[in-house]
Amino acid sequence: MKIRKPSKEPPVHPKDSLLRVERIPHIWCPGCGIGTVFGAVMGAIQKSGCDLDRLAMVSGIGCTGRMAGYIRLDSFHTTHGRAIPFATGLKLARPETKVLVVSGDGDLLAIGGNHFIHAARRNIDLTVICVNNLNYGMTGGQQAPSTPFGARTPTSVAGSPEEPFNFCHLAAACGAVYVARWTALHIRLLTNAITEAMQKRGFSFLEVLTPCPSSFGRRNKMGSALDTLKFYHDRSVIRNGIDPRDALLDYDNQIVVGRFVDIERPTFTDNYEAVNLRHAMPSPEPERPQGRRKP
Amino acid sequence: MSDKSVLTGTWFMNGDHACCEGALAAGCRFFAGYPITPATEVAERMSRRLPELGGIYIQMEDELASMAAILGASWGGVKAMTSTSGPGFSLMMENIGLGICTETPCVVCNVQRAGPSTGLPTLVAQGDMMQARWGSHGHYEIIALSPSSPQEMFDFTIRAFNLSEQYRLPVIILADEVVGHMNERVVIPPAGEIEVVKRRKPTAPPGEYRPYQPDADGVAPMAGCGEGYRIHVTGLTHDERGYPGMNAATQEQMMERLIRKIRANRDSIIRTENVFLDDAEVVVVAYGISARSARHAVQEARAKGIRAGLIKLETVWPFPEELIRSVASRVRALVMPEINAGQMVLEMERCAGGACPVRMVAHHGGALIPPAKVLDAVRKALKGRP
Repeated sequence: MKIRKPSKEPPVHPKDSLLRVERIPHIWCPGCGIGTVFGAVMGAIQKSGCDLDRLAMVSGIGCTGRMAGYIRLDSFHTTHGRAIPFATGLKLARPETKVLVVSGDGDLLAIGGNHFIHAARRNIDLTVICVNNLNYGMTGGQQAPSTPFGARTPTSVAGSPEEPFNFCHLAAACGAVYVARWTALHIRLLTNAITEAMQKRGFSFLEVLTPCPSSFGRRNKMGSALDTLKFYHDRSVIRNGIDPRDALLDYDNQIVVGRFVDIERPTFTDNYEAVNLRHAMPSPEPERPQGRRKP
Repeated sequence: MSDKSVLTGTWFMNGDHACCEGALAAGCRFFAGYPITPATEVAERMSRRLPELGGIYIQMEDELASMAAILGASWGGVKAMTSTSGPGFSLMMENIGLGICTETPCVVCNVQRAGPSTGLPTLVAQGDMMQARWGSHGHYEIIALSPSSPQEMFDFTIRAFNLSEQYRLPVIILADEVVGHMNERVVIPPAGEIEVVKRRKPTAPPGEYRPYQPDADGVAPMAGCGEGYRIHVTGLTHDERGYPGMNAATQEQMMERLIRKIRANRDSIIRTENVFLDDAEVVVVAYGISARSARHAVQEARAKGIRAGLIKLETVWPFPEELIRSVASRVRALVMPEINAGQMVLEMERCAGGACPVRMVAHHGGALIPPAKVLDAVRKALKGRP
């Protein structure tokens, strides 16, 4: 048997065509779940077969925000919290382009919370993927709007005194047409969900729970990244179609995942065109009084 | 073509509306904004006019979002603007910085009102001059124009778009409540007579194109989203490829480029109107609405035999350093009226460098500076009185 000599060419990964390989290695910590989500995003893009020149990625600031710097698409790494309004302008100016927004929990729903609710309300045609690692990873693990009550972070050493909120319920309440939650463990389901979300017209939202062993995990005795994934594995319950207000993140008991919302609703652009067309139509002849003429 | 984007003719319109018409004539087809006195009329007219031109008007949830949205639209290849006043201008600062760093053409019209804070929402001031220059964090160069009439609101908005497209940065229009709300004659020329500049597109194919490699004029050609270049745009310090470089060398290279493209082109960016400068003993330097008080005062002074001159700053940033320096060396005094407690006058003092006294006519806002006050300052300056 002839043993092939190893090629001098560097090996090509099936996703290399979507990567700015010259920018690798990335900055994410060992065990971080963002790479897994990034892989799922690239998988979904490949699966969707969409024209890569008609696809853009917009991010804000934070660990997840760095995704936009590694993907070989038109990609925009903007300011903290402002990925959605930037993406709104981009999408409305170039409607033929599919726009993905990737954002961390703090970026999207603390500093960027106002933009999130209004983009969902307007039904701007964006696919928004929130990597929820329960803390501000980039700055060293501080408390975020997703941090569980009582969890320890550098800004809540005695335990977080705040209740987190349910992003999926918020998105649904504001009018998102697609809402799902998965964890970094559910790679296939997550990839399928991203593909589905990309095919929706309107504001689609995906929350992905990920391990952050360097910051959150370490301070909350969650062990290695693998331990966190095992934690998610043991507690995740798939409940497709349930009311997102019941899709609780009860870390002590169960973590509800699944696709919660999948509806149709006119987008901002649909409505904008419809109302302005109606407005521009000549008004009908004013009705004439019927019956007897006045003398 | 029946060009509804250029309303050729003679109109009686307010400055805010003239700003809107200037933008549309310059090719603006995207407006994101938030209502705020005294700039609301720009947004209102945009909301009516843009749909009929196939453009987009979107009322955002705040000014942070408005500024972010116009940057996004600009990368989508559409000329975009927003309008606001002081409080909203403060909120836009962060993303104005993103626009500077990523070299994104767009226009921001600030119809100034008196501050600080909510201040006098319906009354005039010129208190945001330094904020326009330095309001976003970090060091940068900016271009700002200051109109003093509805006609100039029209003309300068077109110029603001042209400068933003040529030099790839957010250009600020520093108007004020009186200019925004006063109604005057505005002459809109035929479309063919309006110079419209568009951003330069790359000629290099994808793969060879370097998004931040400048041409001879210091400005890099700009590929937009969806044009096949797979660009990366970031507010991090970046190299010519647009890729982050977290080190002093990349920072230096980027900053040099951002600064040089404005400083090296100062002569074509800076415009002033110079009146009676040849024999002037005292020169009033003014901008925006205060330039009208100044003009009146200078004319009165001349009628009384006082050799006064006027420099009306059309471009306020970059500041016309060379002109002020040379004038300061040959006059007995410089006078600046402005509706703040002393902002652009600091630049005057810097440029005069002690060559002649610089006298300020300050006003805290809420009303215009009467010409008589400017004339009084001219007289005192000549007599060397404090």
